[in-house]
Amino acid sequence: MQDVLLALLAKEPSHGYELRARLQAALGPLGEPMNGGQVYVTLGRLERAGLITVEQATGQADRSDRKVYLLTPAGQQRVAAWLAETEWPRPAPVEFHLKLVAAAWAGLADPVGLIAVQRRELLRLVGDAQRAAMAEPAGSVAGLLLEGAVLRLQADLNWLDQCERHWSTRRGQGS
Amino acid sequence: MTQSPMVRARGLRLDYGAGASLVRAVDEVDLEVAAGETVAVVGPSGCGKSSLLHLLGGLERPSAGEVWLAGQRIDRLRETAMARLRNHAIGFVFQAFELIDELTAVENVELPALLGGVASRTARRRAVELLERLGLAQRAGHLSAQLSGGQRQRVAIARALIGDPQVLLADEPTGNLDSTATVEVLRVFDELRAAGQTVIVVSHDSRITATADRLVCMRDGAFVDETRLTGGGHRPNLGAMAGWEA
Repeated sequence: MQDVLLALLAKEPSHGYELRARLQAALGPLGEPMNGGQVYVTLGRLERAGLITVEQATGQADRSDRKVYLLTPAGQQRVAAWLAETEWPRPAPVEFHLKLVAAAWAGLADPVGLIAVQRRELLRLVGDAQRAAMAEPAGSVAGLLLEGAVLRLQADLNWLDQCERHWSTRRGQGS
Repeated sequence: MTQSPMVRARGLRLDYGAGASLVRAVDEVDLEVAAGETVAVVGPSGCGKSSLLHLLGGLERPSAGEVWLAGQRIDRLRETAMARLRNHAIGFVFQAFELIDELTAVENVELPALLGGVASRTARRRAVELLERLGLAQRAGHLSAQLSGGQRQRVAIARALIGDPQVLLADEPTGNLDSTATVEVLRVFDELRAAGQTVIVVSHDSRITATADRLVCMRDGAFVDETRLTGGGHRPNLGAMAGWEA
């Protein structure tokens, strides 16, 4: 959240509500549960970190939506660093994998049963994301994000099929 | 629910071969599909899901068991009666579209109606309406070879709907399609569901199966698991995908 707000401010100084609207448009249904105050909390942190400064618009000086946020030179550097970064979220489902290994090793639960439950959950998520994607107008940028969610979930489902093959041939062997 | 199911199978079995080489492709399957419901059948290749679809659609006769459609037992119909039923009460959609390349989109769509004895003007009007409904009005005069994969499959779906079937049976309808074309077909299925069409779809594609009302898993010819995906108080939580606190 911090990085994207800084990047949005790199073009021009903005009000908090403008930043929020841009985020909502980019995220679509995935942004709906985002707390309305979250943007302002993050802006406060960025200000304290010296990455942005705040100018009060004249007139109704004490209303937060009259504040205009500007990027500082340190904020600009951080935006450049963010763009250059290649970090990627969670490339491997490590935790679920370890859950299956531990459950089998300790005899706590049947991995194949855990996989079936997990598959059902992921299918529900695919359905939710797919329906949300179909509800987006053609060419929607938020639809692109939902497409990403669906494709990743599909990859996870394919992997669960492999997990099932692996663990169903090792039932009770604990390895 | 007191309403009788649109599709019902009882103790359905399909055997190939005999003796030591007997293969039971479908093994004691019971299934009830309510009117307006979309049911997806999933399972590994060779698990019998396509065979099941063929039995439900009267393309093959069961070795044992019963198939009912809208309250009528159909597995023992004579071949001519079965052919008539397949022509107007059951719609089929296949992975490879099975369109006739030499015909235009609208000619492909109206063909089953013409074969079923519908007047040509009526058949043409219905076919044009269906193509419009599926977003293909501009493509009605194109040969099927001139259409994209997603468009061809939509033409095939329009053809399957021309007799206003009681059930639509689809076998891997997105199996030959890329991601964009898959979404085109998904939109059509979504619209059919909203319109109350009863659909049974066999698919490997989790996009298709995840948007069904109910999911049935097959292994070695038998049903092993069933999941209801819609209703039952399920509320989408898309925020969880983005990692926001709900």
